[in-house]
Amino acid sequence: MALTIGFWLLAVVSIVAALMVVMLKDIFRAALALVLALVAVAGIYITLQSDFLAGVQILVYIGAIAVLLIIGIMLTRGVQQGAAPGKFRVAAFVVSIFFFAMLCFVFLWTPWKISAAPPPQQTSAIIGNTLFGTNGFLITVEISGVLLLAAIIGAIALAREK
Amino acid sequence: MVGLQSYLFLSAVLFCIGLYGALSKKNAIAIMLCIEIMLNAVNIAMSAFSRYVTPGLMTGQVFSLFIMVVAAAEAAIGLAIIMNIYRNRGSVDTTKIDLMKW
Repeated sequence: MALTIGFWLLAVVSIVAALMVVMLKDIFRAALALVLALVAVAGIYITLQSDFLAGVQILVYIGAIAVLLIIGIMLTRGVQQGAAPGKFRVAAFVVSIFFFAMLCFVFLWTPWKISAAPPPQQTSAIIGNTLFGTNGFLITVEISGVLLLAAIIGAIALAREK
Repeated sequence: MVGLQSYLFLSAVLFCIGLYGALSKKNAIAIMLCIEIMLNAVNIAMSAFSRYVTPGLMTGQVFSLFIMVVAAAEAAIGLAIIMNIYRNRGSVDTTKIDLMKW
């Protein structure tokens, strides 16, 4: 019961915050609304019993990505008012409504094979086994490490003063 | 009662809000904010599938983790590119960055 109330509360908060990100003219306030949406999504992970993912969401998204985006907004000062929706507003609205209708159709008419098994209480150990154990995703973990290294080097090379 | 479809609908709503923003915004950083919303929506869907369809396997949550890795790399590279454009042109208006437009 508490899970149901928590889910609907967090769903409303995340949707309102996402709408604020899209609607607000001031991009700095939009970034702060994005932080609110990310916190609400972390809460939704907790209602899904994926506590490790919620922790990673707080650390990576709010601790790193949101701060990085806010620094980017501050460094491109003077263009903060330029966040008004462009001329493709109507077309973008039609496309997203159409896509939403398509997604709803798929969600309602697909016979999902919902498992009755209860979710595990401790997720971190299972995630660790899935990432690093046999038949796991070890090579993907290695590749994502190389990807992050390449991204950092590329970002430094791009953003460096000539 | 909260089930798989509630999470999927929440994910669809967030994804479409992000899609609308990413298509209609002019500021490049605002587009990146909307892309983050879209990535989060996909993560919710992955995690919901992991919870309701294959509990105990955690494959969906592992996919969410890899999406977060790619999102971090995307944010770093994207901001570096936007910084470079801002330094060269004094603006991050995507409608004016059309040198490679056909």
